[in-house]
Amino acid sequence: MAGPKYPGFDTLALHAGQSPDPATGSRAVPIYQTTSYVFRDTEHAASLFNMERAGHVYSRISNPTVAVLEERVAALEGGVGAIATASGQAALHLAIATLMDAGSHIVASTALYGGSHNLLAYTLKRFGIETTFINPRNLDEWKRAIRPQTRLLFGETLGNPGLDVLDIPSVAAIAREARLPLLVDSTFTTPYLMKPFELGADLLYHSATKFLGGHGVAIAGVLVDSGRFDWEASGKFATLSAPYQGFHNMDFEEESGTRAFLLRARREGLRDFGACMAPMTAFLILQGIETLHLRMPRHVESTRKVVNFLSSHPGVVKVIYPELPDHPDHALASKLLPHGCGAVFCFEIKGGRASGKTFIESLRVFSHLANVGDAKSLVIHPATTTHYRMSDEDLKRAGITAGTVRLSIGLEDPEDLIGDLDRALKAAVK
Amino acid sequence: MNFRVEGKSVFAYTAAHELDPKKPALVFVHGAGLDHSLFGLQSRYFGYHGWNVLALDLPGHGRSGGPPVPTIEGTADWVLEVLKHVKIQKPSVVGHSMGSLIALEYAARHGAERIALIGTAYPMKVSEAFLEAARRNEHTAFDMETIWGHAAQVPLGGNPNPGMWMYGDTLARLRRLAPGVLYNDLKACNDYAAGFESAAQVKCPALFILGGRDVMTPPKASQSLSQALKNSKTVILESSGHSLMAEAPDATLDALIQFLA
Repeated sequence: MAGPKYPGFDTLALHAGQSPDPATGSRAVPIYQTTSYVFRDTEHAASLFNMERAGHVYSRISNPTVAVLEERVAALEGGVGAIATASGQAALHLAIATLMDAGSHIVASTALYGGSHNLLAYTLKRFGIETTFINPRNLDEWKRAIRPQTRLLFGETLGNPGLDVLDIPSVAAIAREARLPLLVDSTFTTPYLMKPFELGADLLYHSATKFLGGHGVAIAGVLVDSGRFDWEASGKFATLSAPYQGFHNMDFEEESGTRAFLLRARREGLRDFGACMAPMTAFLILQGIETLHLRMPRHVESTRKVVNFLSSHPGVVKVIYPELPDHPDHALASKLLPHGCGAVFCFEIKGGRASGKTFIESLRVFSHLANVGDAKSLVIHPATTTHYRMSDEDLKRAGITAGTVRLSIGLEDPEDLIGDLDRALKAAVK
Repeated sequence: MNFRVEGKSVFAYTAAHELDPKKPALVFVHGAGLDHSLFGLQSRYFGYHGWNVLALDLPGHGRSGGPPVPTIEGTADWVLEVLKHVKIQKPSVVGHSMGSLIALEYAARHGAERIALIGTAYPMKVSEAFLEAARRNEHTAFDMETIWGHAAQVPLGGNPNPGMWMYGDTLARLRRLAPGVLYNDLKACNDYAAGFESAAQVKCPALFILGGRDVMTPPKASQSLSQALKNSKTVILESSGHSLMAEAPDATLDALIQFLA
C-alpha cells in the first residue's frame, strides 16, 4: 500500500534542519557566532538549565548553527538526532565515553583508520577500556571476542585502507543477539552511498572533515543515533539506565527513551569533555552537504575510471577496490553499496618503498597530504604516515605493504588525473 | 516509577520526585503508539514546580506491560486503577490525541480538577487505509503516523530541541512497538462514540490546545466537542502540526501553565 512520501535525499541535503531565519529572513544558514544566549528572565533561565524548555544556553552544549547541521545529518541518515563534534575522533570518543566505564570492553575490526586504532589500542587502554581487534570478514571472530564486559561492536563501513566492506547485517545480528550496539564509522560512504541504520547499525559517526564537508576546509565530526537500541532492555548500560548524580539523578532512558544516548552524550559528554563544534565549522560543513548528492556520483564515476586505468597499468601490482572482481568483498559490496564503493582506494606499486617515493613526488595534480574526501585529488603512503604507529604485524593485518599507495579521487577532469598518474608511474618504474 | 496494577507492570515518569500527598496531581496520557517521553519537557517542568507528576506509559507502550486496552473507556478505567494504587484522587489530566479522549472519558467517569486536550478531535475517525496498514503491521502505518503527525514544514524546518530529527524520533518509537499495538490504539480512537455524552458529564474546566497546521486533528474537528463541554477554552498554536509537545514545546507548556496555575 502506497503511503505518504518523505522528502527526497537531495531536498533534505539542502533544507533539513533550517527554516529561513525568523529574525532576518536569511535563506542561508546564519552563523550564530556567539557563546551564550540571553535569558528572558530567571524562571526561563532555570527552566533551560533543568531541561524543562527547549533552547540554547551555552555553545559548548548547543548552538543554532550547529543544530542545523546536526538535524540535517540525522535526517539524511534516518536517525533520531545527532551531535556535532570537534572532529571525527571526538565523535568516536564521545560515543565510547557515553556508553561505558573503566573495565569495559570493545570488539573492533582491524580495518580501522590509524587514529581510531591508536585510541582503542593505546589511549583508552590507559583508562581501563580494553579492545579486542578481530578480522572483520570473520563473523566467528566477532562472536568469540564478545565478553561479559563487552559494551560495543565497532567497524568502518569501508575499512581503512583495504576497503574491507563491513557486513553490517551479519555483524548487527551478532550484536543484537548479545544485546550490544553496533557502531560504524561511515566516513568513506556518506549517507549518499550507504544508510547503515537501514542495514542494522545502531550508532554511526562521520569524520565530516571528509566527504560531508567535501572541500578540505574544516575539521569536524558528527555522531548519530538510530534510536533503535533499547538500553534499558539490554541491562548493560548503567550510564543510560541508572540515576546519574551529575544531572539531578536523571535516568536518561527513563527520561527520554529513544533519545537517551544523545541526551547523555550532550549533557555529560559535551559539557564535561567539551569537544564541541564551532558555528563557523558547522556552516562550512553545511555548504558541503548541500551538494553531497551531486559530488558523490562524480567522485565514484571518476574513481571507476582511475581504477580501470591503474588495473591494466604495467607499473601496478594490484588495485584494491571492492568493485573489482578480485576484491574479497566484491559480492558483498554489490549488495550493500549499489551506488558505488566511494572514492578512496589503494594500489600497490611495483618496486616497493623507493618506487612509491618517486611516484608520489612526481605527481602534479594529486596533492600529497594526510586527508581524504576533498574536492581535490589526494595521495598518501600509509605505511609512513597515517598508519606509521602500527607494528608490522598490525600493518599486515590491515592489508598494508611498503608499496601501498592510497588515493582519494576528487572532482577534477578524470583524464587529467589519469594523465598525472601515468606520468608519475612512468617516472617511478622506469 | 515502576509498580504493578492488576498483576501487570506499570511505568509512570515522575520527574525523579517521590509522590507527595500534599501536592496537586497532574497525569499525562500519551497518544497512539507513543509513550510518556512525548511529554518530556512539559512533565519535567511541572514535576519541578510543585506538582505530583505521573506521565504514564499505557499498557503495551513504553515500559508498561501489555496487552494494550482495546477501548478508550477501558483505558480511562485503567488510569483510575493506577491512580488508586498510588493514592491519587481527582487529578488534573493532560492528554494528547488518543490520550485526549482518555482524559475526557476519565473526567466524565471519575471526575478531575481540570483537563487539557491537546491535538484532539471528536469523532476521532481514522482513515481506512491507515487502519488497514496498522492492522497488517505494515511500515506504511508508521510512515502515515509520522508524516501526518507533524506539520508539513517539519522535515524541512528546525527542531526547537537542538540536534533532534522529529521524524526519526517518532519512527524510532513506533518501531519499538509490539505488533498490533498501533492498530489497537487507532481502532480505539476510531470506535470511540461516547464523546458528546461524556462531555455532558464533565464538570471541570477544559482547555483545548490545537495545532493550526494539524492535518490529523485540525482545529475545526474539535469545535463540536468544545461546544459540548460546559466550561472550555481553546488555544490554537498556528504554526504547529499534531505533535504539539515537540513542535511547539514552549507554547504548549505556557498554555498549560496558564490553565493549571
